[in-house]
Amino acid sequence: MESTTEQPRNISGSMQSPRSPSSQPYLSVSVTDPVKLGNGVQAYISYRVITKTNLPEYQGPEKIVIRRYSDFVWLRDRLFEKYKGIFIPPLPEKSAVEKFRFSAEFIEMRRAALDIFVNRIALHPELQQSEDLRTFLQADEETMDRFRFQETGIFKKPADLMQMFRDVQSKVSDAVLGKEKPVEETTADYEKLKHYIFELENHLAEAQKHAYRLVKRHRELGQSLLDFGKAVKLLGACEGEPTGKAFSDLGTKSELLSIKLQKEAQQVLMNFEEPLKDYVRYVQSIKATIAERGTAFKQHCELAETTKLKEINLDKLMLTRSDKVGEAEIEYREIKAESEEATRRFERIVKRMEEEIVRFQEQKTEEMGVAFHQFAKGQARLANSVADAWRSLLPKLEASSTV
Amino acid sequence: MMGSENDDESHLHSSKEEMENLFLREDGDPLTRNHVNGDKSNSNYRSAMSTLSDSRHPSIVVTPADSDPLFAPPSYYRESRSPLSKPNGGDRGSSYLEPPSYADVIFSPFDDISEINGSEDGGSRHSQSSDSLSRSPSSLSSDYIKITVSNPQKEQEATNSMIPGGSTYITYQITTRTNLSEYGGSEFSVRRRFRDIVTLADRLAESYRGFCIPPRPDKSVVESQVMQKQEFVEQRRVALEKYLRRLVAHPVIRNSDELKVFLQAQGKLPLATSTDVASRMLDGAVKLPKQLFGEGGGASSVEVVQPARGGRDLLRLFKELRQSVSNDWGGSKPPVVEEDKEFLEKKEKMYDLEQQIINASQQAESLVKAQQDMGETMGEMGLAFIKLTKFENEEAVFNSQRARANDMKNFATSAVKASRFYRELNSQTVKHLDTLHDYLGLMMAVQGAFADRSSALLTVQTLLSELSSLGARAEKLEAASSKVFGGDKSRIKKIEELKETIKVTEDSKNVAIREYEQIKENNWCEIERLDRERRADFLNMMKGFVVNQVGYAEKIANVWTKVAEETSQYGRESS
Repeated sequence: MESTTEQPRNISGSMQSPRSPSSQPYLSVSVTDPVKLGNGVQAYISYRVITKTNLPEYQGPEKIVIRRYSDFVWLRDRLFEKYKGIFIPPLPEKSAVEKFRFSAEFIEMRRAALDIFVNRIALHPELQQSEDLRTFLQADEETMDRFRFQETGIFKKPADLMQMFRDVQSKVSDAVLGKEKPVEETTADYEKLKHYIFELENHLAEAQKHAYRLVKRHRELGQSLLDFGKAVKLLGACEGEPTGKAFSDLGTKSELLSIKLQKEAQQVLMNFEEPLKDYVRYVQSIKATIAERGTAFKQHCELAETTKLKEINLDKLMLTRSDKVGEAEIEYREIKAESEEATRRFERIVKRMEEEIVRFQEQKTEEMGVAFHQFAKGQARLANSVADAWRSLLPKLEASSTV
Repeated sequence: MMGSENDDESHLHSSKEEMENLFLREDGDPLTRNHVNGDKSNSNYRSAMSTLSDSRHPSIVVTPADSDPLFAPPSYYRESRSPLSKPNGGDRGSSYLEPPSYADVIFSPFDDISEINGSEDGGSRHSQSSDSLSRSPSSLSSDYIKITVSNPQKEQEATNSMIPGGSTYITYQITTRTNLSEYGGSEFSVRRRFRDIVTLADRLAESYRGFCIPPRPDKSVVESQVMQKQEFVEQRRVALEKYLRRLVAHPVIRNSDELKVFLQAQGKLPLATSTDVASRMLDGAVKLPKQLFGEGGGASSVEVVQPARGGRDLLRLFKELRQSVSNDWGGSKPPVVEEDKEFLEKKEKMYDLEQQIINASQQAESLVKAQQDMGETMGEMGLAFIKLTKFENEEAVFNSQRARANDMKNFATSAVKASRFYRELNSQTVKHLDTLHDYLGLMMAVQGAFADRSSALLTVQTLLSELSSLGARAEKLEAASSKVFGGDKSRIKKIEELKETIKVTEDSKNVAIREYEQIKENNWCEIERLDRERRADFLNMMKGFVVNQVGYAEKIANVWTKVAEETSQYGRESS
């Protein structure tokens, strides 16, 4: 079990000042150089992951490894298992369909998203100390493949099996005992948080949907400007002067603006719509954490109850001086230990979540601020280009119409 | 999650307007009143066309009080006559120095026609612009005629009382305001039904062969069944108004008796209806047997002046058909042998032009739709963020949330503002690019003019060939009769009758040739005029389109520049 009582060191990552003095601990990661490998259905993209660090736990100041998407998934899953209560940074979607197309833009967007993913982990005070992270950043490809296969293999680890068993058990006992109602926390603050998270997802999803449509609209407007420009040029070819030249100029400008619109469409996609999608994914990750907390809470409650029952039973046995006392005492101590462990686990989750929420809100304000800024800059730039392009036609049009 | 696109959109529209208005009102933004039709338009270009080209809505006046266009004084959307006066047009050059330049310019599309058309026939511009009345405000004694079609009403067909509940039809009030002396009076109204328009159009076509007569609105039988009654009537009203305005814009047709009578004569329209004309078919049919037997007069010189129409002169139709076929026998020659190469070239050029205008107007439609969609989606996105803002504010626990909510609010309001600008831009764009659509109609008129010429030529050729065959018959008869000693009384009589026919036909041929020459002349003048006007109209269109684009692009740029400034503290990494 990963020890989590270490003090988080103030490690700077690549998102902050990369040129921190060498005495300062730093861990800087970048995901670069996407390369398409393999053929057909088995095609995939590999990335170079470059780690620069002065931390003692790492093998040297710089390490470069090759990783693929499923390796990132492995890392995310491991962190999710081990650091319950922490909002694990989300990954871009698996997208089996897009794989076949693998356009340059898709590849770039994925690379950027993976880069952000790793960097968020590297910057997180607890997550950055994870052994799995070190494995991910340093292990050679063969070792990595082995780890990955283990995780996604059909045979689940024993821990998972126990968990599954317990889940089934509790469901059965609930049914038998006739208490179907779920065991849930009912603190007002937590209720509010849950409600907030669930509602937030809906709102964000809607905003993201419109943002995506807006990207399409840019592309459509670009296309129609192109077609319009061409048509107008052809019309100009039928006409004498000065109309012919005027149409030709108009058409040329229209075609030029079409290119700018396509460019802006891509910018909006990368710098605005993608951050919104990321926001949605983050909220979904929080939902997963909420589910984990729910499970932990249930365990804590059930074990506490079971412990109580065992205690009562033990007391009874002690009173009757039964010879089963010894056995019962052992059982009781075991259950009590488990129960205390479950409670600790639950409380750790609660504490972590408290801190995480603050981080999350601050992070999101910053990231959305950047997204708004980028969007506004892009739109202003586009609008100014449009104005400039059309304005340049006016002197000639003026001159022509007074002929 | 969402239902069909349409349902979604319609719900969105009504509540979207409310939301937009509600939200902006919180800002103390005066821009909350019911504004122009832009909001009501759905992405359907056609309905956008009809609502936006509505003559009741003048071009939008843009008079920003200060640098922020959204805080313009309430007169922003009020109709106002004064803006129709030109802005200091000569200052266009100086616009480069003062920002914001075109944001100040009034976006009425047809302000500067006087500059462009100069001294030309003032009324020659077809009047699709809403309220521009006088073409040349600078000239004092400007001819002035303005037509309005309004007030559709249902009326009962006057049948004999034997048949109860006769069919109904719609009449429209046609109001003319003019200072032309030919019309007694400066303002008058009549009521006409669609059938009267058809009559007018038919009579004009007969009287003005070779002219580019604006095409009348379609009968639209299918549409009248399929569309909602109100929508159809409104569509028709708009079309009628456009048509009549084009007629009076035509320098020759505006003086026609037919038009005058149509506009002024009260009660029943005193023009021969097409059914009256068709009844001449009966006369024609009566004449037919006599003509078939070679008796009776040939084509009278009066009738020769008209093309052979179905039902009017069956025999003439047969003859001309035969002629056109015989013309064709000469190999791959076109049915009407047109020697005038210049004309043929011109015709081909006109055809090419028509194709390109069709293409351009289609792409213009797509462009308008794309602009419309951009505005709509921008607005929808803005509203989604407004909802998010409200949500965050209500649920805020941390200051970071409140800060984000504030950023979001600025962003969202700007998106909504930008969306409105897109839609305003679009309604103006529609008005400008509408010129292309109008020219489609005019190209049809050109085709009509060319067709008049072709049919007149066919008449001439038919008569020529008839003359030659009559002459040949006369020769044969004379030859045969001279063989008979002492004269052949019956043959001599026949020869004389034939000579009579030849004389009549000769007269008709001369008339037909004169008619043909006249039509050629009309063609030429009209094409000249059309080319001139088209040049002016297209340049005007381009200018208006471009000025609009510049103005609104500047406004949109301003909106987003402000947001960029407000969020400049985020992410010191440059893009």
